[in-house]
Amino acid sequence: MNISRRHMLVLLPAAAVAWESVLAGTPENSPNYNMSEHWWGMLISIPKCIGCGNCVRACATENDVPDGFFRTWVERYHVSDYNLTEPEVISPDGGKEGFPIVEEDAGKYFYVPKMCNACADSPCTQVCPVGATFVSPDGAVLVDQTYCLGCAYCVQACPYGCRYIHPTKHVADKCTLCYHRITKGLTTACVENCPTGARQLANLKDPKDPIHEFLKTHDVQVLKPQMATGSKAFYYGLDGSVR
Amino acid sequence: MNIFKDTGHLFRFAACFVIGFLVYLGLRSFVVPKTFGEYGHYRGAALQELAAKPVKYAGHQVCEDCHTDQATAKAAGVHAHVNCEACHGALAAHANDPTSVIPVKPDPLVLCARCHTATAAKPKDFPQVKIDEHSGGLPCTTCHTNPHSPAMGAAPAAGGAK
Repeated sequence: MNISRRHMLVLLPAAAVAWESVLAGTPENSPNYNMSEHWWGMLISIPKCIGCGNCVRACATENDVPDGFFRTWVERYHVSDYNLTEPEVISPDGGKEGFPIVEEDAGKYFYVPKMCNACADSPCTQVCPVGATFVSPDGAVLVDQTYCLGCAYCVQACPYGCRYIHPTKHVADKCTLCYHRITKGLTTACVENCPTGARQLANLKDPKDPIHEFLKTHDVQVLKPQMATGSKAFYYGLDGSVR
Repeated sequence: MNIFKDTGHLFRFAACFVIGFLVYLGLRSFVVPKTFGEYGHYRGAALQELAAKPVKYAGHQVCEDCHTDQATAKAAGVHAHVNCEACHGALAAHANDPTSVIPVKPDPLVLCARCHTATAAKPKDFPQVKIDEHSGGLPCTTCHTNPHSPAMGAAPAAGGAK
């Protein structure tokens, strides 16, 4: 094999980079879960959501979310008959204890569950100065809390307001798409506890996942498509007034 | 002619660079975590650490392994798509140790009302009632005897209410 001096100069740094990965160990450590077979997303059906707050409570329990902070929350929109572009939006305590009863049926009401949009091109991970937050190879946006400095740059970068600084740990915290559950073959806490099936976890890499048929046959949107975040939280039946 | 004549200062200078570079490599291998860069610009081991967290909601498959009668009743009724822990709460602890962790029975007046309280803000096709007028303060289970398949007690759904 003939390697020219110029070729050698190119190959040396390449070999150095590869060696680091070799030393780091095998990429697939988990025996039953193959990261390369998953690309996680979420399907949210607005017409099915009744605003019971089960998802918010379940998320807080499963993930020890402190009071007043939310990894997922539910907003209630009220679009009046006379002003279609400026809805009244409420989310008392994130919808954790449900919503106030409405007697008069005027305009239109609907609930919008919000959570990490699991963006493929997430703005929050791009701004991290230390490499503490990242999109995992299976499509979850995660925070390495042992590495996070708590600078909150990502908190302000998320266009959906899905991150917060944990009040006692002082590091960034967010929806992990229940990474500890989905890697064990379970679904997320919010999906497990939604009584109407308004949320569905989707593995976009699984050709048998019903998400593909749903996306083909329904009108589905993402939030803030103009931000080009590659959001994988797909909303069915989303009203144009949702911000 | 010796070309290395009067070049000692160049070698000393080069040696400084080499030593500096080695110190840099040494420090770098010490401060950068072993798995950093495994998958990208982050610590690869963080994935396993996040995945290792214990679960609190066991998932309905686990419940149905033991509570087959309730699962059958539920599957036949209108609550077929409501998972166990949506009403009964997080019970992975009970699933791990069924004898010492006993779940609390939910109060129907609180639990049923959470979803079925009438409000104009809910989707119209969702079954909802004005709780006070509907039950007059009686627990829902007085008439809807089996909440797993909550048809009226007098006319139980097939394979549903006891």
